[in-house]
Amino acid sequence: MKFVDDYRKQEDAEKVSHAIRQIVKRPWKIMEICGGQTHTFVKYGMDQLLPPEIELVHGPGCPVCVTPLSFVDKAIAISNVDDIIFTSFGDMLRVPGSHSDLLKEKAKGNDIRIVYSPLDSLTLAISHPEKQIVLFGIGFETTAPTIAFTVATAAKLQITNFSVLISHVLVPPAIKALLAADGNKINGFIAPGHVVSITGTEAYQNLAETYRVPFVVTGFEPLDLLTGIYKTVKALEEKDYRCQNNYTRVVLEEGNKTAKHYVQDVFEVCDRTWRGLGNIPNSGYRLKNSYFRYNAEQKFNVASISSEESPVCIAGQILKGEKKPFECAAFAASCNPENPKGAPMVSSEGACSTYYNYKRV
Amino acid sequence: MTREFSMNPDTFSCPLPRRDDDFISLAHGGGGKLSQQLIEEAFLPEFSNRYLQDMHDGATLNINNAKIAFTTDSHVITPIFFPGGDIGSLSVCGTVNDLAMCGAKPLFISAGFIIEEGFGKPELIKIVQSMQMAAKRADVHIVTGDTKVVDRGKADKLYINTSGIGIVENHIHISPKRAKPGDSVILSGTIADHGIAVLSNREGLTFDTRLHSDVAPLSELVQLILNQAGDKIHVLRDPTRGGVASALNEIAQQAKVGVAIHENEIRVKDEVRGACELLGFDPLYVANEGKFLCIAAQEKAKDIVETMRAHPLGKQATVIGTVTEGHPGRVLLKTGIGGTRIVEMISGEQLPRIC
Repeated sequence: MKFVDDYRKQEDAEKVSHAIRQIVKRPWKIMEICGGQTHTFVKYGMDQLLPPEIELVHGPGCPVCVTPLSFVDKAIAISNVDDIIFTSFGDMLRVPGSHSDLLKEKAKGNDIRIVYSPLDSLTLAISHPEKQIVLFGIGFETTAPTIAFTVATAAKLQITNFSVLISHVLVPPAIKALLAADGNKINGFIAPGHVVSITGTEAYQNLAETYRVPFVVTGFEPLDLLTGIYKTVKALEEKDYRCQNNYTRVVLEEGNKTAKHYVQDVFEVCDRTWRGLGNIPNSGYRLKNSYFRYNAEQKFNVASISSEESPVCIAGQILKGEKKPFECAAFAASCNPENPKGAPMVSSEGACSTYYNYKRV
Repeated sequence: MTREFSMNPDTFSCPLPRRDDDFISLAHGGGGKLSQQLIEEAFLPEFSNRYLQDMHDGATLNINNAKIAFTTDSHVITPIFFPGGDIGSLSVCGTVNDLAMCGAKPLFISAGFIIEEGFGKPELIKIVQSMQMAAKRADVHIVTGDTKVVDRGKADKLYINTSGIGIVENHIHISPKRAKPGDSVILSGTIADHGIAVLSNREGLTFDTRLHSDVAPLSELVQLILNQAGDKIHVLRDPTRGGVASALNEIAQQAKVGVAIHENEIRVKDEVRGACELLGFDPLYVANEGKFLCIAAQEKAKDIVETMRAHPLGKQATVIGTVTEGHPGRVLLKTGIGGTRIVEMISGEQLPRIC
């Protein structure tokens, strides 16, 4: 754990905190895009190490939070079909659909299982030929390669009792939508280190140049984030609008070629609806025609399910960085982890859940 | 006259629709807020009595001028054999430790077995031997028992319930409500070993680790510190399901005090931290079966820690924080990099994160 401890030292954190105070001259709004980064900020009480000029706003990078309500309803509908084993990453299970969630459906007797790797779903398909195995394929560019590899493997092994309910989304189009929106107040971005480790930095460099905002690709440890903020503030003060890489121990400029190969083989870009943000053009993946037989939406005829968001939940404003969880009337009142009104209260990477768990005194 | 709303006397079915949360989910057994809610909604209103009110790991009863601690615990763990222990040693240690946390010297234990048809007899014998070894180590006797066998598929291999009684010295008063501002919070060793060791062997998630469960009877170590510090020890609690975070939250809420702890003082083995990082778990919420929290008067804390460290089960004992007057009902953590945050009680079960 030495590797992690090096990025969690109090004396080093204080040094960077001091350096930020030295260079900051004006107030800046900086968005950390990824929910994992939000989690670290709040979990370590890092806001207390920043000068008052810097306001952190929390971005849309929580995969569970942006998966549309209709997809939770579709997942539940599929899990209700006879002889189905529905598999999902763990934190999707508690996300509320219109009337229920997957954990409650599991309690009622549906066969819903947590998998740690998408390939576990394929193993289940091989060991249960009499059942249909469905995988909930959600997330950003980080999870897409593993889902793509799983689908490609299923095709190679000619497995027919396996399919994927896909709601994959892409970060740069969502950031573009935020930057292009009227009244955007975000000055700089902490870019999501793990997403960029797959995709490479090109899309963020283009955004930085087009919209004249700095991006700093950053990791997830306290010192990663503090140095990421330092570089963002420095870039803002110096009007240096490009994408810098502050996570060189993981991120290569060109990204991960193998991962990109599988994604390009299996997926094509499509429009996607984001929970709270609405439809964003070219912001997601769907299966290419050559793999369309693995599309669970078609296979189980749930494509037409559409759902209305709870009017109480202000997830959209939270995910756009317009409001903080404290500013929601339902926060910690009618909305809490036992009875979440919206996805940001569910995922460990959701801003509301993070605030609820670490920041109420 | 027609009545729109009525009970059907034939079936005694209630016309109220069943709400989705009318179902018990796994999270209700997770040892966190939902478990607490279930106890408050389903059990307390019916069972309510003065012994139950203390809401401790066991009940302390006065019988013929003797203070007797009484507790029960059911064990349904998967897998039933795990590195460092099995369901047998766990079932004995669980009850022994619950008694120890009442300040009692454990004496007698019962064992009830619910066995799934088809379960292997050699495995059962191995588990029973392991129970006897644990009982011997804890210096208790298993004096009564029961066996039931259910149809295949109606239980998962084997469940064991153990109950136990122990005797509490008259001058010992252990209760979560006795935590006072100024008290020291002592933790007997590293956390999260049990939860991660079991998880590493669970179906669907196998990773190589040398990690062993910490399952062990704590009664001998507890008796040592009780002999030393007596009534200056106010609260004892073994942080099993829900981990250290949930145990401290329960104490803070019951005693209406705050608890402030230091992240840097809480010891977590490297391999446990690694697994937690990988799975997105916080070790503060992961189960322990051979560790305990001791809240004691500050002036005795140093001696208690020294006594613990001299015992094999308390080698890494340390003061992790203090009880405070401020922020009653809340646990605050000073983070490793110098910030402060709250430590919330676990809600349901920790779910592995997506990425």
